[in-house]
Amino acid sequence: MAIKLSLAPVSYYWPKQKLLNFYQQVAKSAIDIVYLGEVICSKRLEMKFKDWIDLAQLLKGSGKQVVLSTMTLIEASSECSRMRRVCEQDEFTVEANDFGAIEILSQRGKSFITGNSINIYNQRSLNILHKQGLKRWNLSVELGKQQLQKLQNNRPDNLQTEVMVWGRIPLAYSARCFTARAHNLPKDNCQFKCLDDPDGLLMKTRESQEFLCLNGIQTQSALTNNLITELNTMEDLNVDVLRINPQSQHTLQIIDAFSQVLSKKQSVDHFYQALKSYAPSGLCDGYWFGEAGMNKASIPLKQVESA
Amino acid sequence: MELVCPAGNLPSLKAAVDNGANAVYIGFKDDTNARHFAGLNFNDKKALSGLNYAKENGVKVFAAINTYAQTSGFERWQQAVDRAHDLQLDALILADIGVMDYACEKYPDLRLHLSVQASATNPEALQFYHRQFNIQRAVLPRVLSLKQVQQVAENSPVPVEVFGFGSLCVMVEGRCLLSSYATGKSPNTYGACSPGRDVQWQEKDNGVLETRLNNILIDRFQEGEKAGYPTLCKGRFEVNNNIYYAIEEPTSLNTLSLLPQLQKIGVTALKVEGRQRSPAYVAQVTKILRDAIDCMKKDPEHYQAKDQWMNELLKVSEGSQTTLGAYHRPWQ
Repeated sequence: MAIKLSLAPVSYYWPKQKLLNFYQQVAKSAIDIVYLGEVICSKRLEMKFKDWIDLAQLLKGSGKQVVLSTMTLIEASSECSRMRRVCEQDEFTVEANDFGAIEILSQRGKSFITGNSINIYNQRSLNILHKQGLKRWNLSVELGKQQLQKLQNNRPDNLQTEVMVWGRIPLAYSARCFTARAHNLPKDNCQFKCLDDPDGLLMKTRESQEFLCLNGIQTQSALTNNLITELNTMEDLNVDVLRINPQSQHTLQIIDAFSQVLSKKQSVDHFYQALKSYAPSGLCDGYWFGEAGMNKASIPLKQVESA
Repeated sequence: MELVCPAGNLPSLKAAVDNGANAVYIGFKDDTNARHFAGLNFNDKKALSGLNYAKENGVKVFAAINTYAQTSGFERWQQAVDRAHDLQLDALILADIGVMDYACEKYPDLRLHLSVQASATNPEALQFYHRQFNIQRAVLPRVLSLKQVQQVAENSPVPVEVFGFGSLCVMVEGRCLLSSYATGKSPNTYGACSPGRDVQWQEKDNGVLETRLNNILIDRFQEGEKAGYPTLCKGRFEVNNNIYYAIEEPTSLNTLSLLPQLQKIGVTALKVEGRQRSPAYVAQVTKILRDAIDCMKKDPEHYQAKDQWMNELLKVSEGSQTTLGAYHRPWQ
């Protein structure tokens, strides 16, 4: 089967109208699967549950497969209730981002998808979750193609694999809000400062190296993970879905680039420079090659061209 | 309330036993545990000798097998489980569902505790591990507030253990990849955060000391300023043109003042962090926590953390600071 393209949930906090406008565009794009929902912070309430469902139906109507994603760090009982509400609707498949959601879904006999914060590092873990109803899983962002190869070799039948190929990398979650901290505000009076940072808040070293990106309670890489040079390998490894992390600018062009390279309508080098310019702090791909995530490990473009 | 203390080696194990621990936790000498540091941990002979010493003194021994097994090395995790079973240790502390599945299938009577590295922060998640693998206890991540610990404890299918003292992870454990982003090695895959072999200490001509992790500048200290280990999340960075501890100050968690509340909400065990620390640290922290728990049990109503305890603990704390961590958060 042809590899499909998916769009991860928007990890940043955008005003409702900006978000709805964005998905109007996404509806017309080449993306196959759209993940929806607030996955970072339960204080971000520009979109209510009903708004997400309305949006999901709109995208479904335009031919997209829609998946609802649960929050990643579930602490308060109010957050448990919200997670439960997503898991207990039957119209859309759910992406579980915490084992709590896996428990609810498997107890209800619903098949589900796991996001990349669910720790699956070996075959045995994959088998257990498959028995519980796992139908697609996301490779942990810190694992690379060697580990994936081993996991794909004995993958259970009818299980799909998804790999993140574009975007700032989700790295850590905390009870503390680093955006509020950057503004000297307590988390309970954060004044929704993350609305000011449509691509997160850059954290540099004291040598001005663009290192991490603060997104409320989440920490991301500053560099953008880009695996567009690896799409042939993805095919060889029987990866089913390639995941793009949305950003405030150029997401549509990024989707287009991946779609055209995937369908062999264009070569990688046709888009490479443009993609590079879409990454706010530069590119990386180290994890995929078994190195430090921030490394740029793929062979230089010239060698790709002459290969 | 059980006091669970760290033992990176045999002298630390004895120090914990001698000073009043109810249980000690150890790791084996490989990447199957989250303190995979050179010179630390137990081979079979040392483990047996430690186990005998603990048993003679009525103290339990747990094995932390709490990293994530990769397909290529899965046998190492199986062997660690086999070893813990053969040694007849009292419990295994596990994080990986694949490893849990192996342990409970092969040894149905083995007592399993859920490691903090499994990142279970809510009752539904705990229900999953209990239903699937019959875990008997769960160690809760340090991101939960006291109120949230209470909500989890009330609705959990198993008793909960919380961290009482030691270095503080501000990120939810098991879901932090900052270390592998910078170095290629994370607690999940390699059993160490900000590993020592990637650390550089560079003294400049002007007396300034720079600490780096895989060449990334983590912090810079003026002459005379106390320098700390470059744990990635505890450095000073620049955000919006300000230089500050953008993620977390170097500080230790200290819950002595909360003991009565922890007891009241049904916390079954209090854990001390620090298998990488010295036997002297283990002795001192164990002794103080033993005193404190005993005092609290005698008279929870009038219990107060003594200044002397707090001062002694301050001396062995990261950056000579302590905090109540997330426990004191009034907010969500």
